[in-house]
Amino acid sequence: MALVGLSIHNLIGYRVVAFMLLVTVSILAMFLEIIPVLVAAILSALIWDFFFIPPRFTLTVGTAEDRFLLLMYFIVAMINAVLTNKIRQMQKEVKAKDDKEKSVRFYTTLFNSLSHELRTPITTILGSIDNLQANSPRLSEKNKADLMSEISIASIRLNQQVENLLNMSRLEAGVLHINKDWCDINDLVHKSLQRLESNLQKYKVSVDIPESLPLFKLDFGLMEQVIYNLIMNVTQHTPEDTLITIQADCVRDRLVLVIADNGSGFPENEIDKVFDKFYRVKGSSPGGTGLGLSIVKGFVEAHNGIVRLDNLPVRGSKFTIEILTEKLYVNKLKDE
Amino acid sequence: MNNASVLIIDDEAQIRKLLTITLQSNDYKVTEASTGKEGLAFVANHPPDLVLLDLGLPDENGHEVLKHLREWYSNPVIIISVQSSEEDIVKALDNGANDYLVKPFRTGELLARIRSALRKASSEPNTPTAHFHDLSIDFVNRIVKKDGSVIKLTATEYSLLALFARNEGKVLTHQYLLNQVWGPSHEKESQYLRVFIAQLRKKVETDPNRPVHIITESGVGYRFLAGGVL
Repeated sequence: MALVGLSIHNLIGYRVVAFMLLVTVSILAMFLEIIPVLVAAILSALIWDFFFIPPRFTLTVGTAEDRFLLLMYFIVAMINAVLTNKIRQMQKEVKAKDDKEKSVRFYTTLFNSLSHELRTPITTILGSIDNLQANSPRLSEKNKADLMSEISIASIRLNQQVENLLNMSRLEAGVLHINKDWCDINDLVHKSLQRLESNLQKYKVSVDIPESLPLFKLDFGLMEQVIYNLIMNVTQHTPEDTLITIQADCVRDRLVLVIADNGSGFPENEIDKVFDKFYRVKGSSPGGTGLGLSIVKGFVEAHNGIVRLDNLPVRGSKFTIEILTEKLYVNKLKDE
Repeated sequence: MNNASVLIIDDEAQIRKLLTITLQSNDYKVTEASTGKEGLAFVANHPPDLVLLDLGLPDENGHEVLKHLREWYSNPVIIISVQSSEEDIVKALDNGANDYLVKPFRTGELLARIRSALRKASSEPNTPTAHFHDLSIDFVNRIVKKDGSVIKLTATEYSLLALFARNEGKVLTHQYLLNQVWGPSHEKESQYLRVFIAQLRKKVETDPNRPVHIITESGVGYRFLAGGVL
């Protein structure tokens, strides 16, 4: 700016140059910290004095008027720097307060959801056992069997939640150790389905994996959890008799895994949020912490992959996982 | 029915109590130890038929206890642990554990594993034939039949199946299988295993997608089961 001033000061006069320099200092104040801005303010005052105020190329100032102007310049530049800094600090404080409120809201949701999901099964277990211990003679055999079955269901649910929380903390702590090895996708999918057998009894499941699909290098255990969580999610959000289709393919060197259902789909405005931690679609039935899908996202991202959710044009929705990883066509191995 | 003796080494009193009640009501003779040292001393004096070993012990790491045990104790050891990391399980199996169960487990599963480990321990080591529900293997003539009819296996498929059959009920790690069937130089080449397991399942399983004989143990290895009703 000083150079521009030098080249044109004959046209505009050295006093206008002072304004140009002031504008420069003001612009700097918007982007830099307080110390560099103060330095810029002092430096620009000196530059103005040395290069522009007659007698030029000395630090002496000729007239009383100019001395006064230089002093004014200096004061205005300083005030400018200090005020801008103050405004920025206030903005920072407002943002910090806002962030804090957001995280308080987040943790309140977390604790509400967690305390509900953990305490409900514990209450069921304790209550059933109290009943069995105290009222045993008065309970019919059927009531006893029902209470035992409630204990069993509640324990499984509790275990599920703890499993989710442990997986989440593995992700959060950044200690997730990913152990890639060659995976037969057909085995992976069917192993996951086998773990879900009791949940899937009333669903129709169709698996479509081409015979020619190569082996992919993945962490079997993590991917099994991914498929398990996705299908579990479908069973929690769709009515019985829903058709669940699982497809795997190799597209542009990537493993593409699609899990689709013909249920009611997701509300369009919530699709972006379903992978957020503790997010639960409005009106969804109890029994989840909102962790399942965020674990899916975390485990897929640990493989440098992506997962997305789309509603299907007619009805239902589909989750698509894409992972770029080493692959191996096995035809040549088969011949021995 | 059996009166086999089982030693439980676990520091959690609640778990010991649960296991003791479960095992006693199934006619096992049960003894408990709450530390590795106590467990090792007991095995030295009265070797039990089977040891249930918790990996997280207060005095000594369960892996160390297992290593000490295996220096002279050859009966089955089943690991019970809260750690579900695959590395941990593989390490225990490599150190000579026969099987593992991750807490929480169901008692039905526990009893099945104990039965299987004891059966294996008492069976003849080199019988000429073996029968597993719909499968039969003639080790002398290298003939495998499914539902009575001979199935054609390649040399590698047969080696793999024979190895499984000799270790019924036991988890065999990927590395162990590769080492035994393909040799030590192929220990890392798990792609072979994936391909041959898939091929073998197509030949020996009624539904290869719902295997009853060759079971995948996620990230660890495979377990061969007799199939049919346990």
